[in-house]
Amino acid sequence: MVHYQARLDTTFAALADVTRRGVLEQLGDSDASITDLAQRFHMTLTGMKKHVSVLEQAGLVTTEKVGRVRTCKLGQRRLEEEAAWIEQHRQLWSARFDALHKLVEHLKSKEKVNAPSKRR
Amino acid sequence: MPQAKEGNPAAMNHTAVQRKSDYELVVTRTFDASAHLVFEAWSNPDLFKLWWVPKSAGMSLVSCDMDVRAGGKYRLVFSHPAFDQPMAFFGTYKEVTPNKRLVWTNEESDQGAVTTVTFEEHAGKTLVTLHELYPTTAALEEALAGSAEGLPEQFAQLDELLAGRS
Repeated sequence: MVHYQARLDTTFAALADVTRRGVLEQLGDSDASITDLAQRFHMTLTGMKKHVSVLEQAGLVTTEKVGRVRTCKLGQRRLEEEAAWIEQHRQLWSARFDALHKLVEHLKSKEKVNAPSKRR
Repeated sequence: MPQAKEGNPAAMNHTAVQRKSDYELVVTRTFDASAHLVFEAWSNPDLFKLWWVPKSAGMSLVSCDMDVRAGGKYRLVFSHPAFDQPMAFFGTYKEVTPNKRLVWTNEESDQGAVTTVTFEEHAGKTLVTLHELYPTTAALEEALAGSAEGLPEQFAQLDELLAGRS
């Protein structure tokens, strides 16, 4: 569990940047070179290399150098990352619905006081 | 929040989130109450604001205006210590069927989802299904990533709080 948490941290750190999320989206459509990505996101090559390296360390992207061109593609972690997003989303809804549950229980007890139920 | 009775079966408290397709997210949960009570908590602004923003997420609701009828507008404004400015969420109710179904748009972004909530009562319990339909896959993923961003810490605190209680 702790190991999973540490990996999630790396993933979220990698995802907590709008450019890096854009790069992932882009690579979801097709593989691209660092030069392509730098142009598309109006960045210097050095800047884009840094972003790609963060994504690579998080396992979200893999790169391969052929000749002078480094091609980037989505890594194996893409699905895990999505599972993590869904888990975060679930926690938000879970917190929200726990609060709704308490409120509903309160409404129910109030209703029972006002109009005693036939059951119980 | 007033004291509520505890002691619900584990299954009752399970919130499930499922990605149904490239464009759809579905959240479900069953509540041990009749549909009209659960629906009231969604359609009466004074009740809605008591639960929609979990305090543990560090956010607070600055204002909450809801005109719950077909064609009516809603506008929720949140603040969070990490935001420079309050954030507004707004849209229009497309469909309001008392105790059964609510449909609203999310218009704060042009990629906002259409949210449909259904309330199905079986043997005194109500299954709530919240369905979000996004215009594009990218919009869905952005919404998911957005809910992940900045929340892990707050949720870790929530986990501690809940663990301490049970």
